[in-house]
Amino acid sequence: MQPLTSRGQAVDRRPMNVWERMYLPAIARGMSITFGHMFKKRPTVNYPEKQRPFSRVFRGLHVLNRDEEGRERCTACGLCALACPAEAITMEGAERAPGEEGLYREEKYAAKYEINMLRCIFCGLCEEACPKDAVYLSESIAPANFNRKGFIYGKEDLLIPDPKTEPEAYAKARGERVERGERAGNK
Amino acid sequence: MQLSLLAIDWVLFLDKVILVAIILLLSLFVAMYETWAERKVAALMQDRRGPNRAGPGGILQPLADGLKLFMKEEVIPGTSNRFLFVLGPGLAMLTAMLTSAVVPWSSFFNIHGRHVDLQIADVNIGLLYIFGVVSMGVYGVMIGGWASNNKFSLLAAVRGASQIISYELAMGLSIIALLMITGSLSLRTIVEQQQHSGWYNIVWQPLGFLIFLVCAFAECNRTPFDLSEADSELNMGFHLEYSSMKLGFYLFSEYVNMFISSAVMATLYFGGYDIPFVNDASLAQHWGQNPVAIIQAVVFFAKIALFILFFMWVRWTVPRFRYDQLMRLGWKGLIPLAIFNMLITGFIVLWHANHWHLVK
Repeated sequence: MQPLTSRGQAVDRRPMNVWERMYLPAIARGMSITFGHMFKKRPTVNYPEKQRPFSRVFRGLHVLNRDEEGRERCTACGLCALACPAEAITMEGAERAPGEEGLYREEKYAAKYEINMLRCIFCGLCEEACPKDAVYLSESIAPANFNRKGFIYGKEDLLIPDPKTEPEAYAKARGERVERGERAGNK
Repeated sequence: MQLSLLAIDWVLFLDKVILVAIILLLSLFVAMYETWAERKVAALMQDRRGPNRAGPGGILQPLADGLKLFMKEEVIPGTSNRFLFVLGPGLAMLTAMLTSAVVPWSSFFNIHGRHVDLQIADVNIGLLYIFGVVSMGVYGVMIGGWASNNKFSLLAAVRGASQIISYELAMGLSIIALLMITGSLSLRTIVEQQQHSGWYNIVWQPLGFLIFLVCAFAECNRTPFDLSEADSELNMGFHLEYSSMKLGFYLFSEYVNMFISSAVMATLYFGGYDIPFVNDASLAQHWGQNPVAIIQAVVFFAKIALFILFFMWVRWTVPRFRYDQLMRLGWKGLIPLAIFNMLITGFIVLWHANHWHLVK
């Protein structure tokens, strides 16, 4: 059969010569290599003190977005739950009462919105599916927890802070993310 | 001064008891920090950092490990032989510690005109005593494997025991060649001869040293000869069923054995507590005997530390031997080599005694 690459070599079955049979020269060479490694630079990062930078499109914890006036964008349409391959998102919709125009953008809003972090695979399909730019994946890593209940993130955990009442926290949570409508020169 | 109550020299007794206590604690302390050194050296050679969270540079890591071992649950398997199960680790630790009794740690102290030897027992068969005690070390391994009532442990213990007794032979034969040169089995005499002759014994016996080194690796069950504790092959071997402090004793006895083997090698072949390139007697006259004795002890420990580093260096370089390769090396490689060494040494010693003439 034709070999697939030209890098194949025949197995070396020559008997060992005198130097190889003594084992000691080969051991000495190996030991010099190991010794040399003690003085090389170590690639270990001392984690909490130094952290490696993440890329701008890193997919971490989810955030429920608000618009500039502080109204929640999510309308509980269910497209993110449909798109999620791991079925991690569940929600319940509710109708906006007459006095709540400042809180929600449209007549329907999500009364309960839960993401199960144990099921989530951080693929970002929910972010791509959302028509209202309401959910996106931010930079933070999902922290560890001792029981399963702690991993089901509800609406309070996911919602971004209100830009009207807490502008610094909002700006910090927004990070460097670009709005979907603003990308590709589409203002 | 001699307090004569019951015609025993009580001060000598007290001296020896204090010395024994110090040396025991020292062996345990060194074995504890050997675990730290092992992890650090292993990490450095593998391009990573090793423990650095418990205390600066991970110095308190052995304390954390010891505490963990104490706190674990003691499991004694129901079907095991209870007496032997508890005896095994005890024997291993006992033989490891007993060998430290004849090693000369330094020359002597001069406390108020009293000559205090820094060696627990200067028996004139010191070397033979060490070999006797090391041979008893086989019992620790065998009893541990047998008492576990477990086929894997038994298999590993049998392999370990056969390895140890095979390499003891080569070790003894290489020592006989050394004995031809020194003429005495007492370790202190060997060190003093190296001090006065100016050349360490490694120069006279390089092949003997090599054989002894390889056999020391095999005696301590240390890679490349560690198939009795090969994790991937035998699920931890003869210390499979042990937990908590009994396991701690087995692991510790391996480290104490390493420490004592390094001490013996440094004593026999590298001059023991002799400070290299310095005339110790004249130094003692200038600075006083006590400071020089302390410096000699520090130099001895430096030599031991270099040997221990060598043990660890080889561990992370050489892959493990297969059982038949190991046996072939021991019986068909090292014993003929040791006998050859003996012949050459004997020939040269007789030639020298005949004033370098080959015939009368």
